[in-house]
Amino acid sequence: MITREHDVIIVGGGLAGLRAAVGLCEKYDVALISKVHPLRSHSIAAQGGINAALGNNPDSADDSWEKHAFDTIKGSDYLADQDAVEIMCREATGIVYEMEHWGCPFSRFSDGSIAQRPFGGAGYPRTCYSADLTGHVLLNTLFEKAASLGVKIYPEWHVLALAIHENTCHGVAAFDLMNGELVSLVAKATLFATGGYGRVYFYSTNALINTGSGIGMAYKAGVPLKDMEFVQFHPTGLIGTNILMTEACRGEGGYLINAKGERFMEKYAPKAMELAPRDIVSRSIQTEIDEGRCLEHPLGNYIRLDLMHLGEKKILEKLPGIRKICIDFIGIDPVAEPIPIMPCQHYSMGGIDTDAATATEVQGFFAAGECACVSVHGGNRLGGNSLLETIVFGKIAAASIDTYLSVTASTRDKDICLSTARAVEIKIEGLLAGGHEKTFQLHGELAKTMSTYVGIFREQGDVKKAMEEIEALKKRYRNVGVSSPSLTMNYELMNAIELGYMFDVAHSIAYGALLREESRGAHSRTDFPKRDDEKWLKHSIARVTGTGVPDISYRDVTVTRYKPMERTY
Amino acid sequence: MIRASAYTFKILRFDRKKPQEKARFQTYRVKVIPGLTVLAVLNRIRDEIDGTLSFRSSCRSAVCGSCAMVMNGKIDLACRTQVASFGKESIILEPLPNMEIIKDLVVDMTPFWTMYEKVKPWLIRSTPDPEKEIPQSEKDRSRIDQFVNCILCACCYGACPVISRDPGYLGPAALAKLERFVLDSRDERPHAWLNDVNDEHGVWGCDTVLRCIEACPKDVRPTDAIIDLRKRIFVDKVKKLFGKQR
Repeated sequence: MITREHDVIIVGGGLAGLRAAVGLCEKYDVALISKVHPLRSHSIAAQGGINAALGNNPDSADDSWEKHAFDTIKGSDYLADQDAVEIMCREATGIVYEMEHWGCPFSRFSDGSIAQRPFGGAGYPRTCYSADLTGHVLLNTLFEKAASLGVKIYPEWHVLALAIHENTCHGVAAFDLMNGELVSLVAKATLFATGGYGRVYFYSTNALINTGSGIGMAYKAGVPLKDMEFVQFHPTGLIGTNILMTEACRGEGGYLINAKGERFMEKYAPKAMELAPRDIVSRSIQTEIDEGRCLEHPLGNYIRLDLMHLGEKKILEKLPGIRKICIDFIGIDPVAEPIPIMPCQHYSMGGIDTDAATATEVQGFFAAGECACVSVHGGNRLGGNSLLETIVFGKIAAASIDTYLSVTASTRDKDICLSTARAVEIKIEGLLAGGHEKTFQLHGELAKTMSTYVGIFREQGDVKKAMEEIEALKKRYRNVGVSSPSLTMNYELMNAIELGYMFDVAHSIAYGALLREESRGAHSRTDFPKRDDEKWLKHSIARVTGTGVPDISYRDVTVTRYKPMERTY
Repeated sequence: MIRASAYTFKILRFDRKKPQEKARFQTYRVKVIPGLTVLAVLNRIRDEIDGTLSFRSSCRSAVCGSCAMVMNGKIDLACRTQVASFGKESIILEPLPNMEIIKDLVVDMTPFWTMYEKVKPWLIRSTPDPEKEIPQSEKDRSRIDQFVNCILCACCYGACPVISRDPGYLGPAALAKLERFVLDSRDERPHAWLNDVNDEHGVWGCDTVLRCIEACPKDVRPTDAIIDLRKRIFVDKVKKLFGKQR
């Protein structure tokens, strides 16, 4: 087997991974490994914007990073670690200016400054954007920066296992898809920036590549996960394909309308209306659907996202991508018709347990972006804060790894990586030998189970059903087979391996949801409808065990200056 | 009730690792409900019928640029193309032209990315950065709109007749990317750098037959970029003649 050595391995070519690579590549031998070309990463699909208290909007002249931090903490339902939120919000303005200096084509106000729009749960219009393609422009800018610095990239390499021995990370085992080869990669430091787990759910706005395998891999290798029960459902996914309809639709003034023609948010968030935080808007929409005030379509019951009153000019100027998606994917022009939407899984608040410096409890192993849980989003993330998190913590990861490498003697061990890779080799041989179970079937059943029983509203009996179902699927997974023996571009094989990790991700979400007997942020228990700070102002920490069921313990939330209070909008 | 209709998909199969086996078309019969995209059908074929089929995909919403291919002779993204849109029940799928096939619908895009990097596709400044943003008027920002929209899917690269006879040609995407920076009011790359594209492998290679514009799923017009770059080079030359070049 081929072994390659680098100082630093970065897994994931989205915003967090690229930002870290840019920060490290001039000083270290860095390899960025990505299972798709970096520009195909899911960061590209982010639409609405990135939050920073620039104060460019005339309505936000007295905005400040402290107010941004307060909104983020309140939005998190007080589960976010306040010291970490303060770091993120303080860094935000510098990060946006840096991206602008590197060429990011933000939309502009008439005075030539970066344009900012209102977003959900925010007291001020502080979301910087480029029409409705903000992820696209940020990812292109960071890729351009990386290209200008000559960052070494392994595109279409799938990392399949993490090599951790005695609490130290030595590298990864990766599969070079184009050449059909398993490679052992050794490094002094490894950063995971592998993104979220949307595809664990049936209804998700996420790209097909968002399996959460990175989170599962870390967990399997012994790294704890944090707050996995907190799953964000975006209020407005297009019915059928579940493609994201950005929060900017509402930020620019769009309405949510039920079958009776009512702007029903009046009942649920009379002040913020459509711009309440996502957990609240999603629950409101789901309630309208569950209580029958929805419209019917062969693709499913829906609520209307109405942009017509914004007028053609504003839609073409501010939401051109949304309009094009609606025309291409459902044959509706939002200028003339309302958009049929439903809430869909959208974001992973939980993830690999890290501190505010992106470090995990394993030496030499770091995580940043959606796969990580710092936690800056707590129980519910505000729109515009995910792009911010990826770049801020990608940058911090670079600084943190630099410090780690300058003070820690190298402990990387080729043999440990090789034995990890050998284990993957055996797994691949087993899959190729064939079994009667099919990956797509088990994946479909898992995703339906999660959407049905661990969705927007949760209840003890349902979540227990999900747990049983996941355990049964895990057993069936042992008999999964792959039909294609070719190793080149064998996506069936990659999907089969990733599915194994998806079960662990799902298990940790469901078990966390079962144990947390309260409602906080996106975790809404119908049998425990109140937030309970006395018992549950705590992070859940999930660790792998021999039984397959995670071991879950709890850790206090860091509170600095913002005391938990009732959350109304 | 939604009624499914039967379609025949003929998909090009080839494995670079087995060059002795010639490229061939394989036929799949699939029942499809209205509204389903070509990408959704490809996923179903791979899942339910033939796991050996290879194709790229990611966002399934026409923003990531992974799934460009030729569908019944037309180049587009498979994820945004509805099966019913062809108005016929037989659909032929082929990989993007002008690049070597790795396997089935997956092509080796290395030459495409090499051309992209050749134009120095990043913002170049000589003035030190201000503390805040570099100001840019709304009008200046809107001038780069269409070129910013490019998702580098290589539809244009596959459609370009020049690349098929001159693999050294930069191609429409790279030149449109160059224009995105040249047009950006913040970019300060020296005019002399346009000399790098002032030849037959650069702006003068284009046949201006607009195939790239036709193929672009994002309404980018690379030919406009190429013609504008030609003008700039020409104007520069004239200025040089009169000793006015900066």
